[in-house]
Amino acid sequence: MIIAVASGKGGTGKTTVACNLAVALERPVTLLDCDVEQPNAHLFLHPRWTGSEPFHVDVPEIDAERCNLCGACQEICQFNAIAILPEIAMTFPELCHSCGGCALVCEEDAIRWSKRLVGEVRRGWRGLVTFVEGRLRVGEAMAPPLIRKVREEHAPDGDLTIIDAPPGTSCPVVTSLWGTDFALLVTEPTPFGLNDLELAVGVVRKLDLPMGLVINRCDIGDRRVHDFARRQDIPILLEVPFDRRAAEAYARGNLLVEVLPQWKEHMDHLYGRIVEIVRSHGPAARKEPAA
Amino acid sequence: MKELVVLSGKGGTGKTSLVAVFAALARKMVLCDADVDAADLHLVVHPEIVERHPFVAGHEAVINQDKCTECGHCLDWCRFGAISERFRVEPLLCEGCGVCARLCPMEAVNCPEKTCGEWFVSRTPHGPMVHARLGIAEENSGKLVSLVRSEARRVAEEQGLERILTDGPPGVGCPVIASIGNADAVLVVSEPTLSGRHDMERVLELTRHFKVPAAVCVNKADLHREEAERIAEIAVESGARFLGRIPFDPLVTRAQVDARSLVDYGETPALKEMQRIWEAVCEWVFDGC
Repeated sequence: MIIAVASGKGGTGKTTVACNLAVALERPVTLLDCDVEQPNAHLFLHPRWTGSEPFHVDVPEIDAERCNLCGACQEICQFNAIAILPEIAMTFPELCHSCGGCALVCEEDAIRWSKRLVGEVRRGWRGLVTFVEGRLRVGEAMAPPLIRKVREEHAPDGDLTIIDAPPGTSCPVVTSLWGTDFALLVTEPTPFGLNDLELAVGVVRKLDLPMGLVINRCDIGDRRVHDFARRQDIPILLEVPFDRRAAEAYARGNLLVEVLPQWKEHMDHLYGRIVEIVRSHGPAARKEPAA
Repeated sequence: MKELVVLSGKGGTGKTSLVAVFAALARKMVLCDADVDAADLHLVVHPEIVERHPFVAGHEAVINQDKCTECGHCLDWCRFGAISERFRVEPLLCEGCGVCARLCPMEAVNCPEKTCGEWFVSRTPHGPMVHARLGIAEENSGKLVSLVRSEARRVAEEQGLERILTDGPPGVGCPVIASIGNADAVLVVSEPTLSGRHDMERVLELTRHFKVPAAVCVNKADLHREEAERIAEIAVESGARFLGRIPFDPLVTRAQVDARSLVDYGETPALKEMQRIWEAVCEWVFDGC
């Protein structure tokens, strides 16, 4: 089973829930940090690192000897990554989506593939938790290919995978949630929390995933998130009041299950509810991960 | 014309609440919400929409089932796994590269442009505002960020306003990069947590990379004073200015619930520090208030 922890709004407690859930269950879990722009799970998990590897995407290079400047590659490229000038063909690797179209249309066989560094994949473990993190190179825009790479590391079928997804509602979120079994949305009961939750629920509905809510700091704002959940028929699986000790533990990079014993119960309860929902939803809806 | 972009790296540090205060303090300013993925500024500044435009960007493949002979070439070509075994395009996976449409031997695939969202020019009590809404689960957020910023610039020129205040997106990826290109200055709103520091460091690495002058302030600074000091030190070591420490104030959440800005709640210590930071920003970026 793959559980994706997502949120719409940042700073609601997504990483806290993902990490504490992974550790609290005391069973083999693979935790994937797919928030590749700001991967923070390691700050709380404190994994023992076992290795890292650079992650590259394929980008075209044009062999000037073979290129006849016909312009077919420039014409098919939707991302303006190739420009054919009167005497030279130029590529702009940072704009390339690696679709391969240029190589398919080139009749002179002038396209060569080279590698562009996008980020790195780091691996580690802690107790029964296997940890994999994607870390986007600073200055790099293209997060989805790295997220897809991290997603390949999910646990074998019977085992549990937990994904710490990025905030927002666009392609990095879709890439993180695609092909998972359950979306756990972490929110807070404020107008910003609600606005971004509505958007996140829209994404999850498009993906047709079962979902549930964690309302963090459930006593700080108003009841509009609760009303929204009821209207939308989204189960509230856990509500956690603001607790200064939790905030301090978070600030220091401590896991809450180690500091506040009730968090172990919270996480066990949460996992039990998720399993119930996924079972009742049936396995049929599971989409294959994208190639 | 000068533009300040407010970033945070990490979400939830209080960036938008601070921008709402700045908006109330600012004069001769265009507001720009560049957090197009999950825009929140409109919830506190109450824009009255004057212009509404579709955001058309990118393409999406559609297979004409009457023409398709299921030869399978497009399945092999598509690098995004967006074509199903039954020759349907999964819109959420299609990146609009057009390879299938261009090369299909039966000419059975179209790849029309698509509407990915909307953008608006609005009136607010604090001046004009340019903002947007990216469609749910859509792509091209970077392009939409660039669009709202250039429209903010156009509005500023038309109305003779010299300043742009931009609420930026979280992270360091595509939309953030689009939000700082050609900006005059970036203010990073951090928080005194390990994640807040880690994410601020990555944003400062980004502003250095693109050579945009940066400053840092710490929100909720009194929740963990040592960490707040560490953030101040790191900011200065990274070549950024350090502009201040905003104390935790429960009225910030209260103001959000009431859909107002903190300026409406009297002179709290947090508001005073925000005002001081705003003056420092004006001095630094806008040649005085």
